[in-house]
Amino acid sequence: MANLNDHMGRPIVAVTGIGVVTSLGVGKADNWAALTAGVSGIHPITRFPVDHLNTRISGMVDFLPSSSRGASLLTYDLAEIAAQEAVAEAGLDWGDFGGPLFLASPPVELDWSERFSLYNSDKHDAGAERLLRVARGLKGLDVFETTQFGSIADRLADRFGTRGLPITLSTACASGATSIQLGVEAIRRGECDRALSIGADGSATAEALIRFSLLSALSTHNDIPEKASKPFSRDRDGFVLAEGSGALVLESLEAALARGATILGILRGCGEKADDFHRTRSKPDGSPAIAAVRAALADAGLGEDEIDYVNAHGTSTPENDKMEHLSLSTVFGERIGSMPISSNKSMIGHTLSAAGAVEAAFSLMTMRESVIPPTINYDNPDPAIVLDVVPNQKRNAEVGTVLSNSFGFGGQNTCLVMAREPV
Amino acid sequence: MSPHDVVISGIGLVSSLGEGPDAHWRKLVQPGLEPVLEAARFSPYTIHPLPDIDWNLQIAKRGDQRQMETWQRLGTYAAGMALDDAGIKGNDDLCTTMDMVVAAGGGERDEAVDADILAASESRNDRDVLLNEKLTTELRPTLFLAQLSNLLAGNISIVHKVTGSSRTFMGEEGAGVAAVETAAARIRSGQSTHILVGGAFQTEHSDMLLGYELAGYLHRGPWRPVWQRQGAEGGGVVTGSGGAFLVLEQREHAISRGRKIYAELGPVVSGRAIRRQGELDAEIAALLSQAALPNGELLTISGASGAHAATAAEKSALDANPAIAARGFSTLTGHMKEAQFPFAVALAALAVERKAAYPAFDAATEKPFNSVPRTVLATAIGYHQFEGMALVNAA
Repeated sequence: MANLNDHMGRPIVAVTGIGVVTSLGVGKADNWAALTAGVSGIHPITRFPVDHLNTRISGMVDFLPSSSRGASLLTYDLAEIAAQEAVAEAGLDWGDFGGPLFLASPPVELDWSERFSLYNSDKHDAGAERLLRVARGLKGLDVFETTQFGSIADRLADRFGTRGLPITLSTACASGATSIQLGVEAIRRGECDRALSIGADGSATAEALIRFSLLSALSTHNDIPEKASKPFSRDRDGFVLAEGSGALVLESLEAALARGATILGILRGCGEKADDFHRTRSKPDGSPAIAAVRAALADAGLGEDEIDYVNAHGTSTPENDKMEHLSLSTVFGERIGSMPISSNKSMIGHTLSAAGAVEAAFSLMTMRESVIPPTINYDNPDPAIVLDVVPNQKRNAEVGTVLSNSFGFGGQNTCLVMAREPV
Repeated sequence: MSPHDVVISGIGLVSSLGEGPDAHWRKLVQPGLEPVLEAARFSPYTIHPLPDIDWNLQIAKRGDQRQMETWQRLGTYAAGMALDDAGIKGNDDLCTTMDMVVAAGGGERDEAVDADILAASESRNDRDVLLNEKLTTELRPTLFLAQLSNLLAGNISIVHKVTGSSRTFMGEEGAGVAAVETAAARIRSGQSTHILVGGAFQTEHSDMLLGYELAGYLHRGPWRPVWQRQGAEGGGVVTGSGGAFLVLEQREHAISRGRKIYAELGPVVSGRAIRRQGELDAEIAALLSQAALPNGELLTISGASGAHAATAAEKSALDANPAIAARGFSTLTGHMKEAQFPFAVALAALAVERKAAYPAFDAATEKPFNSVPRTVLATAIGYHQFEGMALVNAA
């Protein structure tokens, strides 16, 4: 009989379903094949004109029918496709999930295409006054719902029959990890036997790209798109904006075993710590990220010597990779030089609100497949960052435990510890 | 009573009525209080504007103030008041271990840039190129950070040093409900000892009105109390700028610090009616039943928005229970979206602590309440989706 409670007497939380969509494709099989082959999904932007833009590449998901229909519809579709894969794998009823929904998704705004179309449907007044007047004459709720922060989760709740009030959350680039953390906590508190955690982001609009560009956050290595994202390299110059989704079905180990579900992995610990230093930069001593890693280890009941692999946040910005190295080397000490640490973002770019969920999905697959996906484009190592980044080629390795990091603007630091086996 | 009860030990409030729990109490207990209205600036919409605020009182650094637009300033300000009220502000040990759940929408866009682009779009067919041209040259780089939903929490961390954890929930009134519900669950289960929870809404911006008006939700024409807008021109919602933050604390944690306790936060219940299938009436009834209302007269602080369908459903559910005396505070503050539920809980806690009920905010519709309120119900039935309630009990 397996132990059903963890070191703190809480229900152990198992993963029984995984779904993923990135620029590399739909579903785990296609994504895993590409990821372990070192294939990049980064490509030239075709969704909108790139005139006047310094960055002309991205990891957008361009192959869905909704890819050009606005951030809200695409984010919904990404979430739905990943969740469908996860729920199907878990062997649960597609329309009667029976647990709460936690959705990490980007903040919503009225798309420019809608703004233009509303504005130019009338000639009276100007600016906001005209938009408001046109708005109050609109028939139907389609445009309205793209501006409501709760609408995507509301539709997903309808689609999957999740229970209760769905939670839509944002912790910036840590959102996906937070959606998983909220699911883990709800199960541990005994509020539910299972939870559906989704991170989805289809918000790579021109305005989003320009906003990140103006903060100097994006790579401008446009000439060879697949080479632009190069975490931990000396010539890294920013992240590559991307889209995607990851979904996990989380379940108490007890409930999962009772219904004979396949256990795909264990969500063993979550840790977080907010940074009060600056809106976009980390405290120079890395203490908040260090505290988040340590909190995740403590929550998981694991020591520093019990993590086999780190799925890095690894955005390829000068700041993140330097600070992540500082944090990891502080926590893991000398052992850091020999621990495999790779960044999925070298291939899929930064999927923002989805990243924590997408990378949790890949972390779980790393353990199941005993294959570590590489950090590609590692041609000019940063001499200040001495890490085993699993350079350029996948590596076969037994991986029993993974630490997955997520750090975001606004001082967000969230870390997850996953394990292959319950104890 | 249990040591792991959730108690309210700090309140920060801002609305058109003023700032702080005391100022709100003094105003709200005046029978026949007139709302503060602004009917001209956003005509044909009436709003409840912000009072004059000296931001320096809660956001000491001008540099921090400049990094924010009004929405984030307002939330950071209200959060600071709640921390002050709970005796937590400036206490490093308490701030660095404090958790935080913020209910947020988005921040303000640059209206001038948007208007300029829209005007130019009338004579351009290459609108996507126009967009790149204007946005790359006219957007202020740091404005993005003033717009990001999670940066209200980020600013609270920076300004007030709350760093235990930081989570932002989105989704209109439902975000406020989920924030309070999750915070309470974390304290009850021993995951947290003290949590800052709340939200802010700044309505004095055309996009914030547009967010309602794309579905025709805003009331037009002469102002009316929240329960009296059925059949009037428009959709029934009159918005207001404001913010509400609560410090929720484990009872024994608050007692060990020797703090004043406003009230105990009892059951927090939430739901998602599929309204197009007519589920709202049944959902409200189910929530009232789950909340386990006490016997006897029950003061109810209603967050009703005025939106015709949702407000009619709530009114009929509350009217159906003769023990309930409702107070629709949107009559006096306007609808504050993500902040609506935390505001309702705060007003409920104040009534419990002061051992007195609010007079009718709308004497034509609301009935008198003559007892000492030991338990008060707070509600937020979303103008479009999501529902929640909480019972607030004497400490």
